[in-house]
Parts: sequence; structure tokens; C-alpha cells
Amino acid sequence: MARYAWLGGLVLVIVVVVGVIVAVNSDKTKSLRIFIWEEYIDPEVFRLFEREFGVKVIEDNYGSNEDMRAKLQAGGAVYDLVVPSDYMVVLLRKEGLLLPIDLSRIPNLQYLGVRFRDPPYDPGHRYSVPYQWGITGIGYNKSQVIPPPTRWTDLFEPTRIEPYKNRISMLNDMREVIAAALVALGHSPESTDPQHLAQAQALLLQQKPFLAKYDSESFEDSLASGETVLAHGWSGEIAMAQAQNPDIAFVVPAEGTFAFVDNWAIPKGARQKELAEDFMNFVLRPEISAMIVNHARYASVNEAARAFIKPEILNGPSYAWPEDTKLWWLHDFDDAGRLYERVWLELKGR
Amino acid sequence: MAIWCLIPPAVWLGLFAFLPLGIIIVISLTERGSPLAWQFTLSTYARLADPLLLTVVERSLWMACATTALCLVIGYPLAYFIVQQRARVRTWLYFLTLLPLWANSLVLTYAWMVLLRVDGMADQGARLLGWLGTHESLNWLYTPGAVIVGMVYWYLPFMVYPIYGSLEKFDWRLFEAAQDLGATRVAAFFKVLLPLTWPGVLAGSLLVFIPAVGNFVVPQFLGGAKAALIGNVIQERFLSQPQDWPLGSALALVVMLVISLAIWAYFKFARAGDAVG
Amino acid sequence: MVRPLQMQMTHVRRGVLDGFIAPLLVLNALLAYSFLYLPIAVLVLFSFSASRYASIWGGFSLEWYAKLFHNPDIAQALLNSLLIAAATTLIATVLGTLAAVGLERVADGRRASHYDAALTLPILMPDIVQGIALLLFFVLVFNGLEYVLDWRPTLGRTTVIIAHTAFAISYVAVVVRARLSGMDKRLEEAAMDLGANEWQVFQRITLPLIWPGVLSGGLLAFTLSLDEFVITFFTSGPGATTLPIQVWSMVKRGVTPEINALSTLMLLASIALVTLSVVLQRRR
Repeated sequence: MARYAWLGGLVLVIVVVVGVIVAVNSDKTKSLRIFIWEEYIDPEVFRLFEREFGVKVIEDNYGSNEDMRAKLQAGGAVYDLVVPSDYMVVLLRKEGLLLPIDLSRIPNLQYLGVRFRDPPYDPGHRYSVPYQWGITGIGYNKSQVIPPPTRWTDLFEPTRIEPYKNRISMLNDMREVIAAALVALGHSPESTDPQHLAQAQALLLQQKPFLAKYDSESFEDSLASGETVLAHGWSGEIAMAQAQNPDIAFVVPAEGTFAFVDNWAIPKGARQKELAEDFMNFVLRPEISAMIVNHARYASVNEAARAFIKPEILNGPSYAWPEDTKLWWLHDFDDAGRLYERVWLELKGR
Repeated sequence: MAIWCLIPPAVWLGLFAFLPLGIIIVISLTERGSPLAWQFTLSTYARLADPLLLTVVERSLWMACATTALCLVIGYPLAYFIVQQRARVRTWLYFLTLLPLWANSLVLTYAWMVLLRVDGMADQGARLLGWLGTHESLNWLYTPGAVIVGMVYWYLPFMVYPIYGSLEKFDWRLFEAAQDLGATRVAAFFKVLLPLTWPGVLAGSLLVFIPAVGNFVVPQFLGGAKAALIGNVIQERFLSQPQDWPLGSALALVVMLVISLAIWAYFKFARAGDAVG
Repeated sequence: MVRPLQMQMTHVRRGVLDGFIAPLLVLNALLAYSFLYLPIAVLVLFSFSASRYASIWGGFSLEWYAKLFHNPDIAQALLNSLLIAAATTLIATVLGTLAAVGLERVADGRRASHYDAALTLPILMPDIVQGIALLLFFVLVFNGLEYVLDWRPTLGRTTVIIAHTAFAISYVAVVVRARLSGMDKRLEEAAMDLGANEWQVFQRITLPLIWPGVLSGGLLAFTLSLDEFVITFFTSGPGATTLPIQVWSMVKRGVTPEINALSTLMLLASIALVTLSVVLQRRR
């Protein structure tokens, strides 16, 4: 027994010593705290920024807009930069969680593609600066899915999906999934008509037995490994799957699809606002934007970066799709969201 | 001295467990907004009377019961087996049972996906044994069965842990005495061993059942997010758009209530069936 | 303790099922261990896979172990996890043991059973609710402190530690109480009859007797803290990422085999620790 006590005491001492060391070892250099999606930026960019500006960059990650917002809403954590998607910028702004940006510190905004200037979700870039963007589409294994899909209905029609039963995945995202069903039925993807939604619910329930899973996080993994052959997914991830497995192809459904833009924003309580703005400007340098694209494979909002991007990416799902594709932006609802919520619960709850 | 002992934990838990619980109760009585519109309302509890939510709660309880039952059926004999070995072997076997708790549970869940998925190791094994053709699949992943497997895997060590503790303290002479009096080993188990190791069984069951009810990771990954359990619903109410913190809070309180009732019922049952005690 | 193998066989009556018991137990044990270690085998195997995705085999490679040692994020996360777990274990073990001992002393009365029930509350709360509740609680406290003292603390390792202890104390208390209930009260009573005061009795009689239970509870607290992520997610801040949080947010991009490598190393470390303690024990 005495031996145990001795061991216990030793452990205690070690813990206290380590604790003191760590507590004392707090860094005094200025640091920029970034809260961003996992693997959504090339770490080399941080190193370059640290060297040029003589500061330290601390990166924390989140897996969804909502996780990030929960942190900001409670007001506990302190970050200088976050990366909300378009609809989340609107939500955060409404809740007063963002600081207005001093655009005079971000001259590189000039490189933005026309499509991203003055976006509807944040006119005048008052609270956000676009970063990367993508579209939703259908990824598929071209050696196994014949004939290849071309429309949203190809994901829902029983005769089309029956041969691939249990090899199909849809996104685990209420808005994306219901929007896809609505468009497949010929309605607006943001319809709040209860009849349309009832039809969408029926369609989705009919599709469910053919699905392997709903997955927003590793659908590209499953597609690349051959576990699934048809995947409802985003362009950037499908581009990554393609890099792993050349049999993977991407199609933008003929009826049109949904686009999203992820943006830099400065949350309330940020301690290094000017440094954050410097970082936003730094990232918009064409070579830096291109470096990020070459690493993360998503499409950049930076037109001037095209010159530096690897050709296989420019020819891949992130960039190469028909210019005349109809693109919808999915806006956030208030009360109408409860109708969608009901459909989603019916889909998952039964 | 007892009072001195009881005060520090009481203060700590009062601050960091009960006050937060109070906040949850307050939120459940508030109107939803983004995230909250600070208005008192009882409507959230009215919204709980929803057959769909009831279905989800029922499903979660059944899953948790099945998980607990399976853990018990596998775990008790396992603990018994370990206790019968020599001292050194016993320590190692016990340690081996608890070791999986030290690997990250998310990564282990992923490992199950690798095993069970189409063309995964289970499929390949079945093909080798001739049970399947080369392009067929067991299709074990993304089914309720896979979810149960994942849950049992996650919680089995928690069942073995207290049962082993009980068995270790058990006075085996009582077992022998029962046999000397003419009971078979099976009868001796039910009349002597089980009642006296009941605290261990109870503790193990609680350590499995309670977290199993609220688990949302396993249904999402091993179940393919196709069947929502109450943990998923609560998570979505708090995090996903549109937010509904009041309903999430109310649901959580209801779950806690149901768990408490289940435990109380279990206790009563234990008393009733505990003839020897 | 009398070991079951020392049973006398003379008066044994064998029932119908008795003959099956021993082989069934062995079979169950074999199946159970295969079940427990199959995914671990997969986990270790894929730590050596050259493919980026931890579910497709890509040929043998040690690159992930190499990457692991050059990955500052994972190193920081591991350090945070260990520090938080150590601090949690310390606080929870002390407070949990106190609670258990105090309860056993008081023993009867309605107040005792209320305290008892209250002690199990944190185990009853679903972790996502505990996480959010604690987050809101901390923010309220921060707001209050800012108003009164003009100082606003932030979320970080300390808040995570507090959050973890909130449930760990209950677990430790349960374990220690189990140990206490099996202890012979007469030893304590005898000591008191001999003139020892309550504190001395605790130090010299009670504590040594329940020490295995305390250690066991402590180990449980440590293990639970190490793998905890839901509550940790809500109560952590910049630079306080723990290993489970790191893994959870990596899920968005597919878990790379680096985590497999890390898990393999952690398993090896715990095996080494146990071997060490067994060896130390034998050296008495």
C-alpha cells in the first residue's frame, strides 16, 4: 500500500511541474487566432504570413457552420477570423456577431471574380470577404454507372437507381437534400408551399430504401474507395475523390444546382482586427490563392489566381462545368424553416 | 467529519452541474428564436406531444436496452471467466478488456466501418468461405444491426468493469456451500452468485444504458444517418438551422426523466427478484 | 479470498447444463476478445497504409508515423488531452472520494438519499446538453466577472477541466462507494473505541482499505476525460483543442491514418504502463 501512495505522490508532482511549465510558457508574440474548417487552407500559407508579418497564427477547426456559430453565440471563445458560408454570414450579422470590415486595408479585393463582387448575402462586403466557393452536383463512378447521370431525377427515379441499391449516398444536409428533391419535381428549391414539400417528402421516402447513407463528411472517401458509386456532393470534395480515383466523374444536373461561397469574417470580440484584415488581403494575392486551391482543390473566388492553378484542377469538378448552368443560392428562412424541419424529421424519424 | 467531507463536492457540483441544469430548464421554458427570444412559454412542452418524437424516443430506448442486454450476456460470463484464472493471467485479461477504452472511439467506429462495408473485410471473409459470390455483399453496414454492434462495442468494457469488481470480492465459499447442499452449478449461480453480485450488474447496466440512450455518433456513422435517435434529434435542435434550443432542452429533460424512471423500475425489480439478497 | 479452483469435488451434483459451462465460458471469452480486438487490429493495420484514406489499403508505409512526429497540431492536442485528463483525475478523485466517504458516514436519512441522487445527476445528463449548459453557464459567469471586475476570462483548458470534473466526480463517487460498502465497518469502530479521532481513522484505516477503489475511480476518470469530446467541444477555446476534438474536426476531410498511428502508439503506451506497474508490484 505504501508503494501505491509513493507512486501517487510522484504522479502528482509530475503533473504540477508540467502544469507550471506550460502555464509559464505562454507566448508573448502577437497572435492571430483563426477558426476554420478542417484542411481548408494550406498550412504553408500560415508559415508565409507568420514570417512576413512577424506574428504567430493559431488555427482551430470546426466541422460545420453550426458548430462554429454555437461557439460564437455563447460568446465564450475569442477568435480573430472565422469562415462562415454565405447563409451563415447573414445569420451571424443579424445576431450582431460580426464586426464591419475596413475595406481600405484589403486592396486585393480587386482580384475577385465578377460573380462574387457585392454578393446578395452581404452587399458591399461590409462584413465578409469571399474565400472559396463550390457547387453541389452528382459524383459518380463512370466505369460502373452506365448510362451516366445527367439530371437530379437520375438520383430519384427507381428505375435509374435500382441497379445501384445500397451504393448511393446523399448529403446529410436538410436544405441540400430537400432542395434537390424539389428541383427534381420541377419546383423552386426554396419553395415553402406545403404541397410541394409534401411531394418532396414522398419522393425522399421513396428514395430512402435505395440509399446506403446520408453523409456530408466522408462521401468522397466512400466514392473513391468504391463503396458508393453515386454520391450527392460538393464540387471540391469530388475533385479530391477524383485525385484519388481517376474513375470518378462529376456532373452538374441539367435542371440547375446550388452554389455556396465560404467567406472570411471577423467575429465580435476579435483582438487583432487589423491583423485579420491584413490576412484577408494576404490570402487574396493571386499566388497565395492559387497555392490554396492547389492544396484544397476547391474553386477560389480569385480570378487572377487562375494563372497559377494546376491545369488538372482547372479541368476538374471545381472549375470545369457549363457556364450557362442555372445556379441558385440557398438563403436562410425564418419560420418557413419549420416546414422543412418537419420533412427532415419524417425522413429520419420513421 | 462527514459534513466536512460532503461540502466541497456539493459546492463544486452545485456550481458546475446544477446551475447549468437550471439554465437548461429555463431555456426549455423560453420561446425559440435565434437562438432564443426571451419570453416565457409553456408551448415547448406542448410540442413534445408529437407521435414522431415519441417514435424516436422509443427507438432510442429499445436500442439502449438491446445494447445493455447484449453487454450483460457477453460481459458477465467474460468477467466470470477472467476471475477464474490465475492471478497474473487475470490481471492481463482484465487489462485487455479495458484497453479499447484508450483508443479514440471515433477512430474505432471508423474501423468498424472498414470491417462491415461493401467489399470490406467481412465481405471478403464471407467470399473466401464461399458464402458469397464475388460481387455480392453482406450489406451489414448502415443497418440497425451495425448500430447495435457499434454500441455494444463501445460500452462492453463499462459492463465488465463493475461486474469484475463484484466478482472479485465475492466469497466463493458460499458458492461451494451451495453445491455441497446439493445445488447444480447453474442453480447455484442463480441463487447465490447472481444476487450477491447484483450491485455490479446494476452498476454495469447503468454505465451502459444511460450513455447509450443519448449516443448520436454511432447512429450517424454506422447507421448511415438513416434512423435518427434521440441524441441526433437533440443535437440538430441545438446546432442545425433552424435552431430550436427550447425543444432540445425539453427533449433532454424528458430523456433524463425517462432514464430516472427506468432506473427506479430496475431497482424495484431488483428488490422483487432478490429472494436471497 | 478463497479461489474457486480450490473447490472440493466430493459432494458436487452435476445438473444437465453443468457440463457445458466451462467450454461455453471459454467460447464466450474467445468470441468476446475477438470482437474487442478486431477493430483494433484494423486500426493498427491501417496505420501502416500508404493511402490517405483510412479505409483503403494502399501498400505498406511508415509515412504516417513520420508525419505524426512532425504534426504540431496533433502534438498540441495530445498534450492538452493529457494535461486536462490529469487535472480532472486529481480533482475528481479527491472530491469524489470525499463525497463517497461522507455519504457512507452519514448512511441513513432522507438527506443522505437526496444527496446520493443528486450525486448521480451528472451521469444522467446527455453529454450534448451538459456541454451547452456549461457553455452558457461560463458565458454568464464571464459576463458577470467583466461587469464586476472588468476582467473577462476566456474558454480554454481550465473551463474544459471544470467541465470534465463535473461528471467525473460522480463516476469516482460510485466506484469508491462500491468499495466502501464492502468494507468491514467494525475496523473503523474498533479504531475509534481505541481513541482515534475521525480524521485519524480516515487516514489510517479507511483510506488504505479503499485505496484500490480510489485508484480505480481515478483511472476511470482519466480514461473518460481522455476520450470525451462533446462536452469538450463546447467548453474549449483557442489553443485548447484536445485529441478527440482534433479527430472530430478531421472527420470533415476524412480521417487520415495519422490518427491510426497515434492511437496505435497510445495503446502501446498504456500496455507499457501496465507492464511497468506489474513489474514494480512484483519487486516488493
